[in-house]
Amino acid sequence: MMHIDLSSVLRQTLSCELYSNLVTRPTGAAVRTQIEALIADGRERSLTVIDFSHVGMIDFSCADEVVAKLLLRYVSAEREDLAAYFLFRGVTDDHWDAIETVLERHGLALVLETDDGARIVGMVNDGERTCWEKVYELGRARASDLVLALGSLDDAARALDGLHRRRLLMRLDDGYIAVGGLGEAHG
Amino acid sequence: MTSVITVPPSLDDHTFEQVVEQLASVPRDAKLLIDARHTRWASPYGLTALLTLGQTREERASFAAPEAEDTASYWARTGFFKFAEELFDLRGVVPKARGGESSVLLEITQVAKSEDVHDVVGRIQQKAQQILSKELNIDAKATVGFAMTLSEICQNIIEHAGRGGFVAVQTYTYRKRLASRRVVVIAVCDAGFGFRQTLESAPGFVRSDRWDDAAALEAAVIRGVSRFRDPGRGQGLAGVRRYIGRWDGKVSVRSGTAKIAIVPSWDDDVPLTEKLAPFPGSQVQVTIPERVSGGPR
Repeated sequence: MMHIDLSSVLRQTLSCELYSNLVTRPTGAAVRTQIEALIADGRERSLTVIDFSHVGMIDFSCADEVVAKLLLRYVSAEREDLAAYFLFRGVTDDHWDAIETVLERHGLALVLETDDGARIVGMVNDGERTCWEKVYELGRARASDLVLALGSLDDAARALDGLHRRRLLMRLDDGYIAVGGLGEAHG
Repeated sequence: MTSVITVPPSLDDHTFEQVVEQLASVPRDAKLLIDARHTRWASPYGLTALLTLGQTREERASFAAPEAEDTASYWARTGFFKFAEELFDLRGVVPKARGGESSVLLEITQVAKSEDVHDVVGRIQQKAQQILSKELNIDAKATVGFAMTLSEICQNIIEHAGRGGFVAVQTYTYRKRLASRRVVVIAVCDAGFGFRQTLESAPGFVRSDRWDDAAALEAAVIRGVSRFRDPGRGQGLAGVRRYIGRWDGKVSVRSGTAKIAIVPSWDDDVPLTEKLAPFPGSQVQVTIPERVSGGPR
């Protein structure tokens, strides 16, 4: 798992120690480019923690570049061996307004790491949320494990596939695990 | 011959129109004297708009500073003369800025590049939190939205103006409309392309039957239309509108010959004003009033 401290990337991008706010579209684009370069340097299938802990605030334009465009690039990727997954850490109320806005604008969702574990946020329907939460709870799941929660094997398979395409679940040979649920799955 | 433009005694977003009207018949390369000798008060909008007026002149204009000592001294503390001396030939007594002005949250600052926005947001955050919570009775959490609003409006200059502009943030007491409630005001003015020209530069732009400055402002401010095809664009002003709505604030945007405003119940401005005297660029003002008990949270 790769960990990217956004405040460090920000300081490198701006070549300035003074700024801790993710503001302006050019800054966001530069930070995203840096994140993409770091991911490209890593393993082909990757899980990356995007850490907001030391970021003061983020504005809409920067959130569009750093969060929305980053997710958009990878949710549309076809090749499983190049799949990139993201877990967002340290997101507070000071960041959420801008992030929520861009997720809504683009119909995106992401996984937030919280004190209590992880949760899915953004644009998901009830079925997707139920599916993700069940997989997270189980640690590792197949469609047959979710029939009771989702109504039928087809519905469960469809929901799992959809969440995997959105890079909110990772597909393994024997089922799916939730992004943010790796600890439980490996435990 | 030198044309004389008289600055009104009280200069704000409304009375600045008197300045623009006087300018309308004066060619850009004409000799000009901006006469502010009898001006006693100016809002952040008035001061930043005067500076952008200086930017529009092909022939460097003269500027007569306010004669009232306290007014000139105040303008100095806002940082006005620091930029005015670059844009005008200053006449009269121009005091040196001594000490900070407590009502000035952000002295007049030039915004020309992305780093300037970082600087503005970084400088305002701590002071804004103090002012919003202690003077305006607004939840300290609103500070982030305030900084976001400031950031998005300043970025408008960088992305669309094609040249630098000015920003200033100040608190004062609104005696006329708000029964002496405190307000915090953001003013961001530039003399760049303006909204209509910016939207006209969009790929595949098709001029509608009714296409003018007012239509361009409606498209950009109300509908979030951007010159970019990128669907992520246009969120900044939408976010500003949401923030303004949450805190019962007002935003007005003037560009070219029109002005559009999101008007709260405490103000009597009109939502759309057309056929104003032309002025380049865009001029934005955001006003957040002190919250009274029972007001929006």
